[in-house]
Amino acid sequence: MQQTLENFLRALRAMEVRVSPAEAIDAHCTVDTVGYANRTLLKDALCIALAKTEDEVVRFDDCFEMFFAREEFRDRDEQKAPDEISPSDSNLIEDHPLAEMLLGGSETEMAQAMEQAANDAGVANIRFSTQRGLFTRRILDRMGLRDLESLIANLKRAEGTDATLMAERLEDGRRYLFDEVRQYIDRQFELYARSAGEELRAEFLAKTNLSSIERRDFERMHRMVRRMAKKLATRYNRRRKHTKRGVLDVRRTLRRNMAHDGIPFETLWKQTKIERPKIVVIVDVSQSVAAAARFLLLFLYSLHEVIATLRAFAFSSHLIEVSDILKTKAVEDAIPEILDKIGFRSTDYGRAFADFEENSMDALDRHTTVIILGDGRSNDTDPRMDLMRQIHDRSKSVIWLNPEPEPFWGTGDSEMHRYKTFCHVARTCSTIQDLERVIDDVMKSYFRT
Amino acid sequence: MNDTVSQDALNTKLNSVESITEGLGSIGYIASRRISTAIFIAQNLTKPILVEGSAGVGKTELALSAAQWLGLPLIRMQCYEGLDESKALYEWKYGKQLLYTQILKDKMGDTLSDTEGLDEAMDRLHDFGDMFFSEQFLEPRPLLKALRQKHGAVLLIDEVDKSDEEFEAFLLEILSAYQVSIPEIGTIEATVPPLVFLTSNNMREMGDALKRRCLHLFIPLPDAKLEQRIVASRVPDIEEKLRRQLVAFVQMLREEDLKKVPSISETIDWARVLLLLHADSLNSDLVRDTLNVLLKFEQDIAAVERGIPELTRKARKA
Repeated sequence: MQQTLENFLRALRAMEVRVSPAEAIDAHCTVDTVGYANRTLLKDALCIALAKTEDEVVRFDDCFEMFFAREEFRDRDEQKAPDEISPSDSNLIEDHPLAEMLLGGSETEMAQAMEQAANDAGVANIRFSTQRGLFTRRILDRMGLRDLESLIANLKRAEGTDATLMAERLEDGRRYLFDEVRQYIDRQFELYARSAGEELRAEFLAKTNLSSIERRDFERMHRMVRRMAKKLATRYNRRRKHTKRGVLDVRRTLRRNMAHDGIPFETLWKQTKIERPKIVVIVDVSQSVAAAARFLLLFLYSLHEVIATLRAFAFSSHLIEVSDILKTKAVEDAIPEILDKIGFRSTDYGRAFADFEENSMDALDRHTTVIILGDGRSNDTDPRMDLMRQIHDRSKSVIWLNPEPEPFWGTGDSEMHRYKTFCHVARTCSTIQDLERVIDDVMKSYFRT
Repeated sequence: MNDTVSQDALNTKLNSVESITEGLGSIGYIASRRISTAIFIAQNLTKPILVEGSAGVGKTELALSAAQWLGLPLIRMQCYEGLDESKALYEWKYGKQLLYTQILKDKMGDTLSDTEGLDEAMDRLHDFGDMFFSEQFLEPRPLLKALRQKHGAVLLIDEVDKSDEEFEAFLLEILSAYQVSIPEIGTIEATVPPLVFLTSNNMREMGDALKRRCLHLFIPLPDAKLEQRIVASRVPDIEEKLRRQLVAFVQMLREEDLKKVPSISETIDWARVLLLLHADSLNSDLVRDTLNVLLKFEQDIAAVERGIPELTRKARKA
């Protein structure tokens, strides 16, 4: 029974329910307490011990149902149902256990034999869909297929209608067995390996250039980006205190110890508070970055979900604040709405900065980090360096993330090199991986001060 | 003798999932199967339970009810940003220490007067040991109190997600080993491990280390049938017809796009209000007047207001 539980834990891990060794031990203890007899009790108990978030509970329930679904063989067609095996028949198939089972055994008996064989063949190790044929073969071999095949061949060669009839019946049986085992393997593949493929695809997506990510991957991207934004936010979105060791805060110490006659029982040390990051994001959604715009907005949306204090702006020629749209709309509505309102026109950075100065410059103070996502291509209009300088001077830091690779900066109508002067960080960011790395770096340096 | 008896009684109460459901039901907490299973497993594996769910689904109530049913003292610790161990675990009684040193000053002078030289006086002082850092001067805070209960206790660590991450790390020792370390005294172990509930509103994701040490119980919003039973048990005077209607109404509200959907505690409040108003069935005016009991945001009320007649009509049919 221990093997069963181990396999179940493995299936859970494949479904992205994290199970650490300590939790595996808990699972074993739980099973010891409740036993296998009561299915609902077992399910509830294991769920409570293993699934640690709301999502995981859902995934756990699915996995449990799939895993402990009884393996059952379909009923065979009525006509082909095993006839009474006559004594002459039984002579023919004597000493061939698989043949005997196919003709005379019950469905349950066969299911058990198959599961046994599957365990021996190590089905739980299946990873890729191409392995399905291999495992089917292995299981059949272990059930004694070779023996059956030679028996059929012998019977065909042998004289007499009895033998020929028997050979036909056995061939039917073999076909039936084949189908059943293949279906079983499909279920196992679903159970153990589905998420492996998913992981592979996610890994691939993370390295794909933003502009070439396809529409149909959008949903998956959203999940990835959201997970990333959440990770970053939990790491950085709290106010932290940093104690300067050894410097006594005399004023607060005296105040705190008034109750003790001014004798300093409790000492208080000077500390600096590190405020939650205040972030302003400005996103370029114009023609020139059209391919990446959708993604940049997606990132903005996810960031907004986790950092409540974020203010977001989008522009191509005009600039508008989009915080409200992000706050009130679901992602599939919000992004098209922003693009409708403002996207895909020709770029004018100068104009956008002017709009920003006019309406929202007061959003910047010495605690604010400004993140600009864009390619810095301004269609040969006035780039308004004076405003860029002002943004730089007023804020704590300015970060520019450019989807173009660095050698392209400054070519054609790109003003990137001039803008770069007023940025604390200017980086290329063309894949999700880049983005995660850059944002992480930024946050780290932000908190080191 | 008494100890073993009460311990046995406790174990009998907790020896099966059914008896837990029944027991909690007897004091008015209608527990779903998962909830009872969680308590059952927690008792058998001696592990804390991390209870999650949206506000007002009965997370805190679960701990209160469990304590009441088991006849154990409930020790509650409310978490907030800036909570530290001097407020959660123990504190020295500085004032008392100070007072005692003042009072004992003369006595000490006497004791030390016949010593010769500083060294000898020092030695003699050492003989007194850690007089001022002993248990008499220890002010136990909730966590320490829970560990020192002779017959066990129910410890409720409420809204643990509001505490700092440092505090979360500090909790790990007590949650996994049921012991705490006090530098001046040593390690204090629990006489009987308390039944621990942690509640979280998901203000922030809890750390993996904490989650790993806890059983996880998610309490969802109840379905209509369960909610009717809960209302019936909490507001027993309400008529069945009205109860069915109001639960149906609330269930429909939860389908709407609202900032904060009403949870069980709001349903119960509403049932009480309707009872006070001597209502015997729902009608649009009544709903409109009392909607602020269910919905706590101006926008939500505005969003629902227009649909009230429709919703009421449907609820009356239920």
